[in-house]
Amino acid sequence: MEAFFFLLLAVVSIFSGLMVILQKSPVASVLFLVLTLVCVAALFVMLSAPFIAAIQVIIYAGAIMVLFLFVLMLLNLQRFTEGAWSRFQITGVVVAAVLAVVTALLLRAVPLPADSGFLRETPGLGSVEAVGLSLFTEYLLPFEIASFLLLAGIIGAVILSRRRP
Amino acid sequence: MIPTSLTPYLPLLISVIYTAGVVGFVFLFVLFANWWERKVSAHMQDRLGPMETGGWHGWAQALADAIKLLLKEDIIPAAADRKLFKLAPYVVFTGSLAGFAVIPFGAGLIGTDLNIGLFYVVAVSSMVVIGILMAGWASNNKWALYGAMRSAAQMVSYEIPVALSLLIPVIMTGSLSMQEIVAAQEGGFWHWFVFRSAPFSLIAFVIYFWASLAEVNRTPFDIPEADSELVAGYFTEYSGMRFAMFFLAEYGNMFIVSAIAATVFLGGWQPLLPALDFIPGPIWFVGKAMFLVFIQMWLRWTLPRLRVDQLMHVCWKIFMPFAFANLMLVGLWQVLVQ
Repeated sequence: MEAFFFLLLAVVSIFSGLMVILQKSPVASVLFLVLTLVCVAALFVMLSAPFIAAIQVIIYAGAIMVLFLFVLMLLNLQRFTEGAWSRFQITGVVVAAVLAVVTALLLRAVPLPADSGFLRETPGLGSVEAVGLSLFTEYLLPFEIASFLLLAGIIGAVILSRRRP
Repeated sequence: MIPTSLTPYLPLLISVIYTAGVVGFVFLFVLFANWWERKVSAHMQDRLGPMETGGWHGWAQALADAIKLLLKEDIIPAAADRKLFKLAPYVVFTGSLAGFAVIPFGAGLIGTDLNIGLFYVVAVSSMVVIGILMAGWASNNKWALYGAMRSAAQMVSYEIPVALSLLIPVIMTGSLSMQEIVAAQEGGFWHWFVFRSAPFSLIAFVIYFWASLAEVNRTPFDIPEADSELVAGYFTEYSGMRFAMFFLAEYGNMFIVSAIAATVFLGGWQPLLPALDFIPGPIWFVGKAMFLVFIQMWLRWTLPRLRVDQLMHVCWKIFMPFAFANLMLVGLWQVLVQ
């Protein structure tokens, strides 16, 4: 049962991930990205980390993807659908190659445990208490640095959008 | 009674029956609320409302409307993005219905008592925005697109005060589970979170209720579907069955936000006084939720609509600072008490 759901979610998320880059219409791409993110959230649920899954849906699928759609709808899409993408071809290939090399190196550096089945869940790992505790004890400094970055981003957005006198 | 070979499937069977029951309840509620809203609006405007269909005060009007909608022709505009246009109502409807999984109707009457229950509702309700944007975009129509964009901007902004004010009962309970939040309010209405550690929780309740009106696009926050300027907003181009799905989702959301307010602030299925516990919990729960639904209707037929800039002003400059200050003060209070 678990294996079946894992395979189903994996296939759907990989398929929709591919469709993100193979679609002509940017709006369809964003919607496939939403599907990918929802599938990843479902995988988190199967790893008994429902809190992380909910965060994933609220922040990525709910807020950030809505912003993506918003920007796409405000832009003139015709410009992007007509062959303009060839300009980005070289950049795209380079980025993809670098990413592939990094992923391969990482996968070789961290050996997978021998008993890894489909899903290896650690009970209580993704609960609200566990996430909160590790954020405020073990990873306090990175957490505070990240919140500082976000604060800087918010202030920057406010200054940029302020009406000039 | 039940053959032993079927026992492993019993939990599955129970959840299927429960789900069917909840879906049935949603349909019944939408039919009733449709008729009720017309009656409420009519009496507020010194009219009678539907009186003919079915005899007694036009009780069958909603039923007749539902049958009419199901039989109507399903029109898809020629310039629409057909796939997205067809998919959008399902996304909106699923997002709305999924929230019912964690609504505690009674002591044991809950789809699943997730330990992140309240958080789950916030998560699935954010999927509705995606469906609305899909509908507005796929219709290929200026009104629909404007409606969808207004709706998305409004729902994304008002999600923040909603979540912040829901955190206050969570801090007071120490749990996100719906049943634990209800259990923490046991014993008479003075134990309900609205009245406990007032004024913080009272402010939180007021902020939640107003912001949730904006979440479900109801007056005074109904500019996404303002009929005098946008025809009908994001579902302008929809007809027949697909329109009915948007309608179901909208009224379903009305019940969900009221049910959450009843759960986290008004004691859920707990009776008003401990002596009144001979009345079953589900009746208390649905009664409280329906009372809040009635207030939503009352406001809709009383208040004028806000402008877009006023809407954003209310959210970001009034609700948000109050919600944040409230949250910090409650946190401080809890630390001092313990």
